[in-house]
Amino acid sequence: MGKYFDMLADRWPDILELTREHLMISGIAVLLGCLAAIPTGIFLTGKAPKWLQSAIFTAANIFQTIPSLALLALLIPLFGIGVRPAIFALFLYSLLPILRNTYSGFRSVDPAILEAARGMGYSSWQRLWGIQLPLAMPYMMSGIRVTTVYVISWATLATLIGAGGLGELIFSGLAVNRQDLVFTGALSAILLALSADYVLGRIERVFSASAGRTSASN
Amino acid sequence: MIKLEQINKVYDDGFQALKNINLEFREGDLNVLIGPSGCGKTTTMKLINRLIQPSSGTITIGGKDISSVDPVTLRRRIGYVIQNIGLFPHMTIAANVAVVPKLLKWNAPKIERRVDKLLDMVGLDPDTYRNRYPSELSGGQQQRVGVIRALAAEPDIILMDEPFSALDPISREQLQDELIRLQHELKKTIVFVTHDMDEAIKIADHIVLMKDGEVVQQGKPEAILRHPANEFVKSFVGEKRMLGSEPSDIPTVDDVMASRPVTAFPSRGLAEAVKMMEQNRVDSLLVVDPKKKLRGMVTVYDVLQHYRDESKTLADVAKPFPHVVSTGTPLTEALRLMTEHQTPYVAVMNAEGSFIGMVTRGSVVRHLADVYPAEVV
Repeated sequence: MGKYFDMLADRWPDILELTREHLMISGIAVLLGCLAAIPTGIFLTGKAPKWLQSAIFTAANIFQTIPSLALLALLIPLFGIGVRPAIFALFLYSLLPILRNTYSGFRSVDPAILEAARGMGYSSWQRLWGIQLPLAMPYMMSGIRVTTVYVISWATLATLIGAGGLGELIFSGLAVNRQDLVFTGALSAILLALSADYVLGRIERVFSASAGRTSASN
Repeated sequence: MIKLEQINKVYDDGFQALKNINLEFREGDLNVLIGPSGCGKTTTMKLINRLIQPSSGTITIGGKDISSVDPVTLRRRIGYVIQNIGLFPHMTIAANVAVVPKLLKWNAPKIERRVDKLLDMVGLDPDTYRNRYPSELSGGQQQRVGVIRALAAEPDIILMDEPFSALDPISREQLQDELIRLQHELKKTIVFVTHDMDEAIKIADHIVLMKDGEVVQQGKPEAILRHPANEFVKSFVGEKRMLGSEPSDIPTVDDVMASRPVTAFPSRGLAEAVKMMEQNRVDSLLVVDPKKKLRGMVTVYDVLQHYRDESKTLADVAKPFPHVVSTGTPLTEALRLMTEHQTPYVAVMNAEGSFIGMVTRGSVVRHLADVYPAEVV
């Protein structure tokens, strides 16, 4: 046990650096996912034709089902190796949950409420910001939280294409048969995922408190 | 004054929702648009705040053509209450009421004063309710907030789309009363859509009855009740006034009446009458002439009072029968007569005016016994 803590103390700067990389890769992937999926989801709840709707959902579904290792390998010819293909792969994974939740969130808004807003003189932007977004927020946030946890766990594979992150500890541990390294890498990834989920939960609360009590009804 | 001239509305699928509608809603009137579903009443109302655009025709408010007004600006000047209340669940009651004043950029203290005043007006204590959320209020309270939300920015015109139809009957009555009271104070021009004739008669200054996209009749409630323009109006007014049950479910007097009560010709003497009562074990006789015309009724007391006068016949002592209904009258009407006039009998006539039967308390009870037979164990 003592030896383990010695190793930790010894490797501490490395671990911190890998965690930072890991967080950056996952964070950027989720952020890009939000930027792409939320507007798309909003667009799909609007006047998008049915065929386009199913086309987009099918595409997002397919991304979700490609085995992660295979996806990373497939991206090498396109993006080479390093951080960029890793972020891109994780971004593709993040799309579906965010898209689906944004879509259901917007669909869940009672049409009577929107009709009232329209009849009272809300412009469509005011309806979007003042009514639809706050009411859909709990759904969207839960999509983002789920995605974040998944992406942080999958990001451990990113090291295979040279993107770094906590996966490096795990795979080097496997290569030299050092259980303690594997354990440290896995544990750090778990802790990272849990704390990200916690932080997002707090953000969600702040959001719904300022926007009323939407989460209370869910 | 709101004026609709030669309005037609044809949807893309060719359905003509409105056919050449010409209407005027006077300032300060509570106008009710009423008709069966699909008659175009809601469509007509939504033309006024441009939620629906007419295919042809013009709408003016105070002489100004509204097609030249920006819809968003227009709607902020017109109050709007919808059937499903439509309060914003993520906003407090105060924020909900303040929605339009905020859109119009009133300053905060003014909004606050206005909200408190409005809450007071509908009996919701501002200190208690200001910071609550809609889900914490009962349906009736929510729709009160819905109504004052429409009043918040002091619009001259208020549109109400079946605002009380989703409420329980007691809340509905209360809100109708409150609306009448508020309207008495505020004198807004209200356009109120409903399918409930009782509601229309209770609250309206002016009723517009619609069917299949056309105006069938309009006028004061009294005028429509007294002079229905055609069979449709008559049946709509009549049907809807019958406590909401299916017309065919209400028994008519014909189902209930005793069709062979004890009758006597008016030429009979008083002694004969007493004998007939004795034989039939009754205490009164109906006086019916040979042509089956009802001349009145006599009770045993009437007969005994004049018994000594041998020259008198039943025609002399019979009292006229004031409460007569014709065949096919619903039983509820006969019962109403009996309760209102404290009378135990109502006579039933056929179309030619001949006597055909009698509704008595006894016959009603017998009918009920048939409808609800005692359970056999």
